Amino acid sequence: MNFNLAGLIKAAVLNGTPLLFGTSGEILTQKSGNMNLGVEGLMFMGGAFGLAGAFWYDQMAGASASGFLAVVIALLCSFLAGVFGALIFSFLTISLRANQNVTGLALTIFGTGLGQFVGEQLRLKVGGNISISNALKGSFANPILPQSLQDIPFLGQVLFSYNGFVYLGILMAIVMSLFLNRTRKGLYLKAVGESPSTADAAGINVTKYKYIATCLGGGISAIGGMVYTMTIAGTVWNHTALSGEGWVAVALVIFCLWKPLNAIWGSILFGGLMIMYLRVPVSFIPSQIYKVLPYIVTAIVLIIVSLRQKREDQPPASLGLPYFREER
Amino acid sequence: MNEKTPLIRLAKREDMKKSRIWLIRLAAFAAAILIGMIIFAIAGANPIKAYGTMIASSLGKKSGVRQVIKNAVPLLGVGLALAPCFRMRYWNIGGEGQITMGAMAASYFALFWYDKMPSALLLLIMAVAAMAFGALWAFIPAVFKARWGTNETLFTLMMNYIAIGIVAWLQGGPWEGKPGSQIIPMFDAKAVLPKVMGVHCGWILVLLLVGFMFVYMNYTKHGYEIAVLGESENTARYAGMNVRKVTVRTAMLSGAICGLVGYMVASGVNQTLYADVAGGVGFTAITVCWLSQLNPFAMIVISLLLAVLSKGASGLQTALSIPASISDIITGVILLCMLGCEFFINYKLIFRHKEAAGKEAA
Repeated sequence: MNFNLAGLIKAAVLNGTPLLFGTSGEILTQKSGNMNLGVEGLMFMGGAFGLAGAFWYDQMAGASASGFLAVVIALLCSFLAGVFGALIFSFLTISLRANQNVTGLALTIFGTGLGQFVGEQLRLKVGGNISISNALKGSFANPILPQSLQDIPFLGQVLFSYNGFVYLGILMAIVMSLFLNRTRKGLYLKAVGESPSTADAAGINVTKYKYIATCLGGGISAIGGMVYTMTIAGTVWNHTALSGEGWVAVALVIFCLWKPLNAIWGSILFGGLMIMYLRVPVSFIPSQIYKVLPYIVTAIVLIIVSLRQKREDQPPASLGLPYFREER
Repeated sequence: MNEKTPLIRLAKREDMKKSRIWLIRLAAFAAAILIGMIIFAIAGANPIKAYGTMIASSLGKKSGVRQVIKNAVPLLGVGLALAPCFRMRYWNIGGEGQITMGAMAASYFALFWYDKMPSALLLLIMAVAAMAFGALWAFIPAVFKARWGTNETLFTLMMNYIAIGIVAWLQGGPWEGKPGSQIIPMFDAKAVLPKVMGVHCGWILVLLLVGFMFVYMNYTKHGYEIAVLGESENTARYAGMNVRKVTVRTAMLSGAICGLVGYMVASGVNQTLYADVAGGVGFTAITVCWLSQLNPFAMIVISLLLAVLSKGASGLQTALSIPASISDIITGVILLCMLGCEFFINYKLIFRHKEAAGKEAA
C-alpha cells in the first residue's frame, strides 16, 4: 500500500491538538468531581470568540499587526469565553446545586448558539466569509521551529514541523499532570473529586477548588475550539466545522482514564482516527463507518474499564454528584 | 454570636406554597426574557420588535402554529421517554441515537416493503420496527450498566454517534437514491403518516403517551419500582426488586419511545431518512424533561415553549436578518435561569444577622 506515514502522523497530531486542549480542560474539571457536558458549547464559544478577537485586532492594527500579539489575543479571548461559560456552569451546579448533566447540556445549547451567533454576525458584517490577513494566518498555522530542524528526514516532519499550539498543548498537559500528581494543591483537588466530604473535613475549601478547577478547565477546553478554527479551519467560520469536536473531547477523557499524559497520545490517536478515512482508504470499509471508529473505540474502552475495576483507572468517585455539606 | 457562623447558611425547605413556587419560576422566566432583550440590543435589534416578530411568525399564522406543533411533537415525545429513566437516576442521553435508529428501522420498511402491503399495515410495521430498534439501541448500554456498572451517560452518548454514522453510511451507500446524490429517496405516499388538522397524526399519539406515562410512573408497580430504585439502589435490593431487570426494562421502554418519535419524524415530517433526523432533539428533550420535574403534563407546556422559540427565531432571520442561532442562545438562557431558580424553591438562605435577631425575639 502506498501512503505517507510521516504525513499521516503529522495530520493526526494537527487534528488531535484541538482535542488535546478540549480533553485536558475537561480532565481538570472532572478531577474536581464536576462533569461538565458543556464542552461542546465551550469549544464553540472559544472558536468564535478567538476568531472574533483576532479579526478585531487585524482590523484595528491593519498592516502593522503583529502576529504574536494576534495569537495572544486569540488565546485570551477564547480562554475568557470558556471561563465565562464554565463560571455559569459552576455557579449553577456548585452554588445553586442544579443537576450537572442538565446544566451541562443547557450550556452546550447556549454555547453553540452563542458561538454560531458571533460567527454569523461577523460574517454578516463583512459580507461574505470572514478571514484575517494572510500574514496573521501564518502566525497561527505556520511551524515555529527553525527550518534546519524540520529538514531532518522523517523526524523533522513528525516532531518539529508543527505550529505553536501543538507544543503549547503538550506542555500544558505535562504541567497539568505534574500539578495533579506532584503538588499539594493538585492532590487536594483530586481529594475533592474523590470524596468531597472527606476533603471538607480535612479543611479543604471544596467550593473554591471546584470553582477554580471548573473555570480553568472550561477556559482550556475553549482554547481547543480556537485552535481548531484558526489552524484546521483556516481562520474561516464554518458553522458545522466544530460540531462534535467537544463530544469527542468528552469521550477522550474516559479513553485517557482521566490522565493528562494519556491525553497527549490519545488525542493524536483520535485525531488520526478522525482523518484516517481520507488518508488510508480501505476499500471494503466505507468512510462513514470509518468516522465512527473513535466512538466505537471509546465505548469499548468504557466497557473494559468497568469490567476490570482497577482502582487507578476509575472515574473520580464523586463525579457528577453534587456536594451539600448540610445534607450529610 | 459565634464568629464561625457563616454569613449565609442553607436549609432545605419543603413547605413552600404552590403559588409561591410558580411565582419564582415565572420570575426566572421573566429574567431570562430580559437577558434575551439585552442580547437583542447588543445584536443591534429593537428587543420589543424582535420578540414581536418571533411571536407573530410562530403564533400569528396558521402555518406558523402548525410548524410549532410539528417542532413540539418530538421534543414532547422524547421528554416523556426520558422521564422514567431520569426518575431512576439513569442518565440516558442517547435519545439522539435511539431516535435515529428508530427512524432507520421505519425507513427500511418504508423504502423496501411499501409495495407488498396495504398502507395501514405498513405504518404499523414501521412503528413496531422503530420501537424495536430504539429499544435495542438503549438495551446495549443498559445491560452493561446493570451488570458491570459501565457509565451510562457516556456510553449512551457514544451510541448516538454510532447510530448517526450508520445512517450517514446508508445515505451515501446502500440506500442512496440517485448515485452520487447522497440522498435517500422520498417515501411512497403509503408510508407517510396521515395528517389530522394539518399536522401529521403523531401529535395525537404523543398526547396519548402523556396520559400513559403519567399513569405508568405514578400508578403502576413498574413506576413504583423505578421510583424506589432512583431513591436508593440498596433499598430496592432489600425490598427484593430485581435491580438489573428494572434498569434494563426502563431503559428499553425509553428507547422504544424514542424510536417511535424517530418514526414520526421520518415518516410524518421529512418523508425520508437522513443522518441528522434527530437534529438535537435528543439533547433538548433532556432539558424539557428536567424542567418539567418529570411531570408529563408540564412537558406539554415546556416543549411548546421551546418550539415557539425555534420557529420564532427562523421568522426572525427572514424578517430582521438576525441569525437564527439566537434562538439557541435564548433557549439556553431560559434553561439556565429555570435550572437556577429551583434552588430558591428547594432551599432557603439564612443570613447570620437575621437569625441572631430571630433568637433574641424568641
